[in-house]
Amino acid sequence: MATAIKTVGVAGSGTMGAGIAIVAARAGLKTIVYDTRPEALATARKQTEAFFAKSVERKKLSQEQVAGMLGKLSGTTDIGAMAACDIVIEAVFEDLKVKHALLAQLGKVCPPTTLFASNTSTLSITEIAAGSGRDDRFVGMHFCLPAQLMKLVEMSPGLKTSEAAFQTAWDFCKAMGQIPVKTKDSPGFILNYFLIPFNNDAIRLVEAGVATPADIDRAVKSGLGYPMGPLELLDLVGLDTHLLVAEALYASTHEPRAAVPALVKRMIAAGHLGRKTGKGFYTYQGNAMFGG
Amino acid sequence: MKYQVIRSGESRSFPDHHPLVANATSSGEVVVITGSMAGSQLGKLADPGSKLAILVELAGECLGSHTGEQHGEEGSNVLGFARFRLGQSAPSDLVELVRQPRTPETAIAAARQVLEAAGLQVAVCNDFAGRIIDRLVRPYYNAALTRLDEGLASAADLDTTLKLGLGYPEGPIALLERTGLAHHHDVTLALFDACGDPAYAPARRARVAKQRGG
Repeated sequence: MATAIKTVGVAGSGTMGAGIAIVAARAGLKTIVYDTRPEALATARKQTEAFFAKSVERKKLSQEQVAGMLGKLSGTTDIGAMAACDIVIEAVFEDLKVKHALLAQLGKVCPPTTLFASNTSTLSITEIAAGSGRDDRFVGMHFCLPAQLMKLVEMSPGLKTSEAAFQTAWDFCKAMGQIPVKTKDSPGFILNYFLIPFNNDAIRLVEAGVATPADIDRAVKSGLGYPMGPLELLDLVGLDTHLLVAEALYASTHEPRAAVPALVKRMIAAGHLGRKTGKGFYTYQGNAMFGG
Repeated sequence: MKYQVIRSGESRSFPDHHPLVANATSSGEVVVITGSMAGSQLGKLADPGSKLAILVELAGECLGSHTGEQHGEEGSNVLGFARFRLGQSAPSDLVELVRQPRTPETAIAAARQVLEAAGLQVAVCNDFAGRIIDRLVRPYYNAALTRLDEGLASAADLDTTLKLGLGYPEGPIALLERTGLAHHHDVTLALFDACGDPAYAPARRARVAKQRGG
């Protein structure tokens, strides 16, 4: 798949930004990661090198290939470096004001031909694009976590996105070896729109005493063939993270199934956030899980 | 553990040959009653109190409709069960085993032993309409059908997203079309009647399929 995009900018070097940069560099594209925090760039670089080292160890890539990819990947604290990019994908904190402030700066340094994209999972593409100064050249590109391993990208045009801009971004996505799906600019897009209420429903089963978490997860895995039960997944994600995403979805939709069950707030208050605190719907000691 | 199987009508859980049925004996410490009229056999069992467990196949009804209920204190050696199955697809290996508040743990353990020995997976649940999976998954299926109508994405993109993003073996639209939208309609309508929750109200596409006869 051919792409007009030759140089990729990624704004934000957190987990998502670093993963997206790996995807772009792995596809042979010159990739520049921008972050105001040099320490965040250094951490991302180390994680990227470790990821590529694993790829060599697993014989998925050769040393030479990795050297070439790392050679194409650079980090910068100078936003002016984004001027060289054909597309800039923002992966900064999920706050509209933060994103608008970044886009205003990018708008000043990037030429009009540069496409802007957002990796948001919860905010409206149209609303983010409205602060970009180029809402006709703005596309939603929601990569899944971890971006370097997950092929899926939810792509959304905003209300003013031009067909040409969307097509360019779509071709770019495919050229990186990803699998794009097209979704409306709608709260939660597809994945979170379905996942968050489903997980809330599973929590409500626990609340109502329908079954234990272990029995619910066992039923879902053996009855539906899902790779992981919803309560195991919530423990992995963290109840605090689930609360944030679910509250954002509920604020946008006001759909009852998106509303966070009361049990979640009680568990958070008790410090039962999931794996990271050793207790959630299950109890964890080292790598062992109890309650299953 | 020796167990007896009594057939009473057509069974949705065991429509074909299965080790659970094949390995049964003429009597035993556990009795498994299969079929659409399983509940009606309960009163005909000789000395039911002598059994470790009596398993009654359920359709959509609660176990309490066969055993009776007593202000939250009900429970005996009688358990309900159903092998989870979507529409006319083959039954899964999952058995939802239904208990009541005072069901003895010995009865649950005996039932579990018999079912697992036949290669089945057991999830124990309390006596709620829809048990675990139907109660959990039917709102998701209705939402998927509704969002397809509303143009959130194409059916293919909806299915691809949920397969690739979450590792589900099949997307909701393909799954419902394969297993029967009309069957989904019937299950979710029964839950809507039982729970009154609009999330269970059959989605338009399910109602259309039902109107067209499946």
